[in-house]
Amino acid sequence: MNTQFFAAWIEEIATAVRAQRDHLTQLDAAIGDADHGANLDRGFTAAQEALAGASPQTPGALLVLVGSTLIRKVGGASGPLYGTAFREMGKAFGEAPEISPAELSTGLNAALAGVQRLGAAAEGDKTMVDALAPAAEALAQAVRDGLKPEEALEAAAAAAEQGARATVPLQARKGRASYLGPRSVGHEDPGAASTALLFGALKAAASR
Amino acid sequence: MKKLINSVDSVVTDALRGIAAAHPSLRVDIENKVVFRADAPRPGKVGLVSGGGSGHEPLHGGFVGYGMLDAACPGEVFTSPVPDQLIEATKGVDGGAGVLHIVKNYTGDVLNFEMAAELSGDEGVEVATVLVNDDVAVQDSLFTAGRRGTGATLFVEKIAGALAETGAHLAEVARVAREVNERSRSFGVALTPCTVPAAGKPTFELSDTEIELGIGIHGEPGRTRAPMREAREIVRTAMDAIEADLPLSGETLVMVNGMGGTPLIELYIVFAEVEAYLREKGATAVRSLVGNYVTSLDMQGFSVTTCSLTGELTRLWDAPVETPALRWGR
Repeated sequence: MNTQFFAAWIEEIATAVRAQRDHLTQLDAAIGDADHGANLDRGFTAAQEALAGASPQTPGALLVLVGSTLIRKVGGASGPLYGTAFREMGKAFGEAPEISPAELSTGLNAALAGVQRLGAAAEGDKTMVDALAPAAEALAQAVRDGLKPEEALEAAAAAAEQGARATVPLQARKGRASYLGPRSVGHEDPGAASTALLFGALKAAASR
Repeated sequence: MKKLINSVDSVVTDALRGIAAAHPSLRVDIENKVVFRADAPRPGKVGLVSGGGSGHEPLHGGFVGYGMLDAACPGEVFTSPVPDQLIEATKGVDGGAGVLHIVKNYTGDVLNFEMAAELSGDEGVEVATVLVNDDVAVQDSLFTAGRRGTGATLFVEKIAGALAETGAHLAEVARVAREVNERSRSFGVALTPCTVPAAGKPTFELSDTEIELGIGIHGEPGRTRAPMREAREIVRTAMDAIEADLPLSGETLVMVNGMGGTPLIELYIVFAEVEAYLREKGATAVRSLVGNYVTSLDMQGFSVTTCSLTGELTRLWDAPVETPALRWGR
């Protein structure tokens, strides 16, 4: 997976977020403050513009630029959290021009660690971690099993999707939904839903 | 959705243009989205910076001026500002005595302010932070993001701002800001939801016979839904929640705050009930504010905030202030 692949990933994310903007916002309206779709749309649109302007030469540089742009443009909790995820993954890739599934797995673990350090959320708190952690684990398992890259990304996307859906019966313990207490039960977490979109976009980039 | 806007995407910028045009005492950096006191930075004075999502006006931009904030950073509607904005504000108000960040306790606000404080620190600005978390409706703090910052933010900004104006040191201004927060409690009630421009429809559904108890200021639903009833009984529920958390006594500063869509006449009815409740508990409302100060767009409802005063806090509350939304004594 080279720089072009990761640029395609960001493009796929921007398209998916734009298409799902209202859906994400409605999920957020139910248990948050109805801005998640609009914020991510603004962030990934800005990230695409930043990439067009700077043309980074390595996957690592590309992801660090995407992360910094998200931190600068999105606001809310999702800006720093997603921004940190992309930056940590980019930093883990270093200067490498080509990323193997194993290296992607390492990068994903770094992203997860960054998000958890910042947001202090554990699995089961009804946050983006509930999609990110299973996706990272599924990718690691796929690498251990020696799956082909497309299959590995397929597994990660499926795990993220399943993780997001599994937030429905949970009671939120972090983020704005936690203010609702038991009333947060019965709704999909918007952050987990958008994380699942990111992995869906990764799979889509691989099948281009 | 009917709103007086030009486009959903330009709500904050268009409002900032209006603030700049209406208030010559402010300097508005529209590109970076920062509202400054026109005379910032003031040499030797601790700078006060606050910020948060838009939609809570007059918080925070309306409280920039003599005796209160030096700068305010509005984010998108209900979305915290970004670090770039906060860094711009922090550097712009630093008169060499350091800067106090006044942060409402929400995950996004805390994260963005933390990043800004760290980066401003790298550039040589001393930053102290006070977290405001006065909302008693969020009960189980171990299993939530913690109590929200609501009405007490205004008290903190006014009282810390007055102390900063006297030339007090950063540590001292931070101490009094934390003391105000610790002595303050709030509870909010909604009669209707609000409509976020980007969402285009109300954030939740509420029938004509229901109210939401324990709401925050972002149009999020509250902890429980209850049948609509007389103002007296609604106030009792709100005040009982405050009293259970921090028993009311002595001289008290009280704010009855409208959520944006509440007629003032109703807020005064609420205030009368709040004042009677305080008397019943042996407390006295010696200072008061009634009006729209920490709003939630077009939501109907109110929040009540109490602060148990000390001699020092009363003096600082009474000190002159001159901002678009709060002014006396000057």
